[in-house]
Amino acid sequence: MLYREAGDFKTSYVDDGQTFPIRFDRWGYYAVLAIAFLVIPFVINDYWANAVFVPFLIYAIAALGLNILTGYCGQVSLGTGGFMAVGAYACYKLMTSFPDVSIFFHVLIAGGITAGVGMLFGLPSLRIKGFYLAVATLAAQFFLVWLFNKVPWFYNYSASGQISSPERTVLGYIVTGPNTHAWAKYLFCLVILVLLAWIARNLTRGSVGRRWMAIRDMDIAAEIIGVNPLTAKLSAFAVSSFFIGVAGALFFSVYLGAVEVGEAFGIQKSFLVLFMIIIGGLGSILGSLAGAAFMVLLPVLLKNILVGQLGWPTDLAAHIEFMIVGGLIIGFLILEPHGLAQLWRLTKEKLRLWPFPH
Amino acid sequence: MKLKLATMVVAGVMAAAPVMADLVFPALSYRTGPYAANGIPFADGYQDYFTLMNERDGGIGGEKVRMVECETGYNTEKGVECYEATKGEGALIYQPLSTGITYQLIPKASADGIPVHSMGYGRTSAKNGKVFEWIFNYPANYWDGASIAVKHILDQEGGDISGKKIALVYHNSAYGKEPIRTLQELSKKHGFEFVEIPVDHPGQEQKSQWLQIRRDKPDYVLMWGWGVMNQVAIQEAANIRFPMDHFIGIWWSGSENDVLPVGEGANGYKALNMHMPGADFPIYADLKTYVYDKGLAAGAGDQSGSVLYNRGMYAAMLAVEAAKKAQELSGVAAINAAQMRDGMEALSIDAAKMEALGLPNFGPEFNVSCENHGGSGLGIVQQWDAAASKWNVITDYIESDKEIIDPLVAEDSAAFAAEAAIVERCN
Repeated sequence: MLYREAGDFKTSYVDDGQTFPIRFDRWGYYAVLAIAFLVIPFVINDYWANAVFVPFLIYAIAALGLNILTGYCGQVSLGTGGFMAVGAYACYKLMTSFPDVSIFFHVLIAGGITAGVGMLFGLPSLRIKGFYLAVATLAAQFFLVWLFNKVPWFYNYSASGQISSPERTVLGYIVTGPNTHAWAKYLFCLVILVLLAWIARNLTRGSVGRRWMAIRDMDIAAEIIGVNPLTAKLSAFAVSSFFIGVAGALFFSVYLGAVEVGEAFGIQKSFLVLFMIIIGGLGSILGSLAGAAFMVLLPVLLKNILVGQLGWPTDLAAHIEFMIVGGLIIGFLILEPHGLAQLWRLTKEKLRLWPFPH
Repeated sequence: MKLKLATMVVAGVMAAAPVMADLVFPALSYRTGPYAANGIPFADGYQDYFTLMNERDGGIGGEKVRMVECETGYNTEKGVECYEATKGEGALIYQPLSTGITYQLIPKASADGIPVHSMGYGRTSAKNGKVFEWIFNYPANYWDGASIAVKHILDQEGGDISGKKIALVYHNSAYGKEPIRTLQELSKKHGFEFVEIPVDHPGQEQKSQWLQIRRDKPDYVLMWGWGVMNQVAIQEAANIRFPMDHFIGIWWSGSENDVLPVGEGANGYKALNMHMPGADFPIYADLKTYVYDKGLAAGAGDQSGSVLYNRGMYAAMLAVEAAKKAQELSGVAAINAAQMRDGMEALSIDAAKMEALGLPNFGPEFNVSCENHGGSGLGIVQQWDAAASKWNVITDYIESDKEIIDPLVAEDSAAFAAEAAIVERCN
């Protein structure tokens, strides 16, 4: 009844090609943005920022990045953790070498450096596919972690091999270091996420994204219709790594503040981000956000319910939490293999007809 | 949102019901994951001591103790979440039992004004109280441990170890890397050859490392291991028939759970300790009466008397003594985190006090001061007797080589002070 195309007339090509053609969707999108920018910063506290919103926003950026590579271009990657580490260490070196530059630019440059590294490790994708490519990116994961552990230059020769983020500002507001306000942290990550999600959305519905999808669906056919696999695959690796590098830089500088490469950017991180896009939905921007929300929020929610509310012992709750999350993942994959994004699509289809289905 | 609100309301009601003002001690523990074998006994000991205080003494200075347990799984992200979730409840002190989490908390807790006690772990240069106002690591730290181990080797070799080869098998993380600087300095001083052998998290696979040891034949092997890595290393050492009395672990690699799975093969394995092992202390009678027999023991209640249980109890005991000191200094029973910090800085542990607590000769005597947050740096060496299934203490308290360690502490803390723009205190 409310959610419908009927009566929503488009009188120009620009209107016709917009991201949210249905008015109700558009309003919903503006409402979410308004709440995210105008309400949450005023009510957020340290717990909500550090345990819920900041990790969600950062993982959402990483999931967007991996979704571009795996979901849109069809190249399976298990190197996400390693690429996040590149972003984090690049950001650390930039922060400590150029302390006067705004951290915003450091984060973006760290993403750029990661894009370069990603392209380098993307080269094998021109020859190998599928599982074999996954193994090649797995090598990148282990090599990069080993590198950052082995070469002391990357961690400025500190005794423990840890990198810790000094205090840096954007427009005079502190966004890294222990004295950061919750809202500053949150807004900084939110601005970057919105910016990158906007870029991702527009890339994927333009000619670049169509080339990626052509490669994903059948690379030989794509080549025959004139898609250059070299540029298509490498551009996917570059854009994806840029996103993941930005996520790694934020993960280190804004969220954790001190990082140890083996623990923070190990293989588990690669799997976690891969699960996010599988649960959320491959080849969907909304799916990346939904998957990140699912994987970040659910454990925190379960912990609060089981320990905080039911008063269970912490170890029992932790084990049950693994089982519930694991069970839900399997359940989702069986009931809806295309992820949360597909569920949302189906809901919208139903809503269009509601309350008078055929 | 709704759920969180409901949770907060319920938690608020539950907290408000028994006592309004109580002393909150968060327990950032880990009872799951690859480090649980070591995390569980520590957490049990830590909680049982506070339960004893509540049951026997009615709290600390008349104030009940409230423990808030939070599972970190030895994972820094969960550690951060636990810190944020518990700090709002009026937390007095954090003891995360993880070097990685300690590194996270050092800047955060300093900014929030909550003391952190990383007892024998964490950032070694936190010993320098001039720079680290809120961080304490008494009674001993990793660099003390490295030096004590080398001194013990010196003793065994009759005072000369030049030309010997000492290998360090370490957890490839901030924790395991800590002693390397000290051992490099000590190798220059004593003329031994120093070999580094890293083991990646979690350490279940160490075949290649021990193959390297078998090939290189070091005279001594030191170990900085934790969790499942300890058991695997001791098993591998037994497999290559490495002489066990030449294999020395840090105090985190010397609990029953590390040696028992290896059985006979672990006989003679040595480890450092910062307090006495075993259950031959009068306090265990009280624990039995007031805690175990009432069914209040934390966890499964089967860790009593083990090395890490004692360590957890020791950590809790030092926190309680600091809280008592803080109450004495401030004159109020319901102390806050800042008063707790003052209490920790004025803490003094002597033989009479330990005797009075039912823990005679349990740990070293030490004093904390504004400059020295690291205690006396004493440690003992214990050796595993597989037949009797117990640790035997084989040395007196050994003092670390301050000549080597003090300049290193000064150097590292100065680097931190420069990075974080801290002005030295206590001048």
